[in-house]
Amino acid sequence: MTRFLLRRLLLTIPVLLGVATLVFSLIHLVPGDPVQAMLGDSASPQDIADLRGRLGLDRPLLVQYGSFLKGAVRGDLGSSLRTNQTVTAAILERMPATFELALAAMAVAAAIAIPLGIIAAVRAGTGVDYAATTLALLGISMPNFWLGPLMAIVFSIMLGWLPVAGRGTPAHLVLPAITLGAPLAAVLARMTRASVIEELRELYVLAARARGLSFARAVLRHAFRNSLIPIVTVFGLQFGAVLTGAVITETIFAWPGVGRLLTQSIAFRDYPLLQGCILLIAVTYVAMNLLTDVAYGLLDPRIRYE
Amino acid sequence: MLRIGAVIVLVGVAAAIVGPFLTHVDPAAQDLALRLAGPTSVHPFGLDELGRDILSRVLAGARISFLVGLTVVSVSSVIGTLLGTVAGYFGGVLDDVIGRVIDVLLAFPGLLLAIALVAVLGPSLGNVLFALTVIGWVGYARLVRGQVLRAREFEYVQAARALGAPTVRILWRHVVPTVIPTVVVQATLGMAAAIIGEAALSFLGFGVQPPTPSWGTMLNGGRAHLLDAPHLTVFPGLAIAVLVLGFNFLGDGLRDWSDPKRHRS
Repeated sequence: MTRFLLRRLLLTIPVLLGVATLVFSLIHLVPGDPVQAMLGDSASPQDIADLRGRLGLDRPLLVQYGSFLKGAVRGDLGSSLRTNQTVTAAILERMPATFELALAAMAVAAAIAIPLGIIAAVRAGTGVDYAATTLALLGISMPNFWLGPLMAIVFSIMLGWLPVAGRGTPAHLVLPAITLGAPLAAVLARMTRASVIEELRELYVLAARARGLSFARAVLRHAFRNSLIPIVTVFGLQFGAVLTGAVITETIFAWPGVGRLLTQSIAFRDYPLLQGCILLIAVTYVAMNLLTDVAYGLLDPRIRYE
Repeated sequence: MLRIGAVIVLVGVAAAIVGPFLTHVDPAAQDLALRLAGPTSVHPFGLDELGRDILSRVLAGARISFLVGLTVVSVSSVIGTLLGTVAGYFGGVLDDVIGRVIDVLLAFPGLLLAIALVAVLGPSLGNVLFALTVIGWVGYARLVRGQVLRAREFEYVQAARALGAPTVRILWRHVVPTVIPTVVVQATLGMAAAIIGEAALSFLGFGVQPPTPSWGTMLNGGRAHLLDAPHLTVFPGLAIAVLVLGFNFLGDGLRDWSDPKRHRS
């Protein structure tokens, strides 16, 4: 197990280095002069020179790269151009809101998807299965930037049940969590269905039934339990989709998280902040994938020896 | 599933091609006196914040969606198939380099890298196409690499090699054809992803810019009028959801149809 863990950790290092390199290159992809783009056309040559010096863009590229990597490792990603707050502090301030939303969305997804997937699997090939499968495909196809406003129209504007934007009370969390959780629920329901169908074909389910266990017990106690490994894996891997979805969901519902910070940084051409947000989301995603892999290795010994 | 998907996609294609000729309303024509007016028999989807006919804009937006989908999918699938074939067939350093690039690009979840690229390059249709292609080819490459790894061990491929057939010929005649069905399924689902991707970027204001009628841009415009004119949000979103559902149905159906295990069971 230690060897497996070490190997997975070592494999993550070049990926993180590649991610940091790509994020570093972003500012150099800005057409023309990035400093001019940040300050606008009315900036004086002195202002431009000052900002270039502050961002270290007047140094040779390799030196800039080295100092970016060193800063990233130490958690020093510079300061926001707009608020002067350090990028790390700005992100840390917003992170609890994003994690709160992500966890709520994942809870919503699990609550909808697992029963739906099990019912579809048990009734495979029937009208119930087709309805559940179509519903899941509809969930994948319905963009969250449409679902969110639609739910706001119905539940906030027409019915007045829930607040339309902001964060504070549990009621504020409902619409953003459903908006963000719906596509995840759809993916998870499909995975649960496929996984439970696979397990239902196994002989141990037949054996359990032969021992006199009820069908429901055989499904829940045996088939579903064994199908949990791929379901948990998909759940972990979908965390990335949740983080990206948060960018859109937080923008729709004015949710003060990292996703909204990212779109604001783009609107204000605050490139250090943009780089910080992108780096944080990508690193969180890599870490989550690593954790999922390790959990998978712990649960299924075959993975460790592959 | 396959048939329903095919019908929805065909209707979408027909709407994009002939739709704008049927409405007789210029999608850019403004009637400020009627701005935000709801659906009527003359304007079945109503009018937007500048008094433009939403139906004709939705139909014109279909062209943008298909343009983005077809461009992103065709370029991504060609690049991905090429690189995946090279990595899988030749292995060694080439495989390592391509594999690492794939790993790094996959470390950015979903649209995140596309958002970052469009943010620094500037909002435009060209940059949207570029950004979606940068993230799009990776899926094809990873899929094709896995298939080619298997295909290169097939007896007929080994026989061709033993007979001294040139590598390009082996790849073109014997290896690539084995991955085509998988690429077609991936491309169908890729159309759905590209259409949603463009709409998401445009919704955030980083994609296609007004006055070009893109479904995402229209949804972005509707955000300010959720209270007084929900039809601005309902119809463009419905168009995205139906077309994407069609491509997902088609992709799923094609996958089931081409899977020999399913036929047996």
